[in-house]
Amino acid sequence: MKLSVLLFGIARDIVGDRQISVDLPENENVAGLLNYLKKEYPSFNDLQSLLVAVNDTYAKSEHVLQENDEIALIPPVSGG
Amino acid sequence: MADYQEILVTENPLEVEKAYAHAQAGNTGAVNIFVGTVRNKTDTRNVVNLEYEAYEGMAIKEMRKIAEEAASKWPVEKIIIHHRVGKLRVGEATVVIAVSTPHRHDSFEACRYIIDTLKKSVPIWKKEVFEDGEEWVSAHP
Repeated sequence: MKLSVLLFGIARDIVGDRQISVDLPENENVAGLLNYLKKEYPSFNDLQSLLVAVNDTYAKSEHVLQENDEIALIPPVSGG
Repeated sequence: MADYQEILVTENPLEVEKAYAHAQAGNTGAVNIFVGTVRNKTDTRNVVNLEYEAYEGMAIKEMRKIAEEAASKWPVEKIIIHHRVGKLRVGEATVVIAVSTPHRHDSFEACRYIIDTLKKSVPIWKKEVFEDGEEWVSAHP
């Protein structure tokens, strides 16, 4: 399945784009997506943390992804 | 959306007076206002400006959740959270939080809870631009 992933902050700088498309097996979960991205972009491993949001909500590692989900990578936040 | 909350992410300069006015309510005895501002130094490096970026839809949703949590812990009348994004100069307000309650203790505690939780969970990022380089804050261990 093709997933579209939104990128912000340092994650956008690492990838060099605001959004990427990734091709993963059906029923892949958040942990699988992160593993794939950390292999593809090793600099993600250097971050303090890297979370995934699915449809505007923080998602757990075992959360199963679907093709029409709005997926975003959340590097360490620093608002305020 | 609950009408005791006013949550905003904006590229426009924040107005503390407006947040204060909006925090007024019938049973208000105390309004606690927190203003985050752009510092001129981090450690010894001079800051030129800050650049804030938000995942806006989710940021608003997370701030609403924080306001709901605060409202469940303290007897709040109004919660105003205004967060700036874009390029900010030294001294400008980055966030304004105003909490009104019948009595002062609750307004202090609720306001502190909101800013502390916001910093941990709301998907907003700042990049510090120094005279000699730039850095996403807290990105690396």
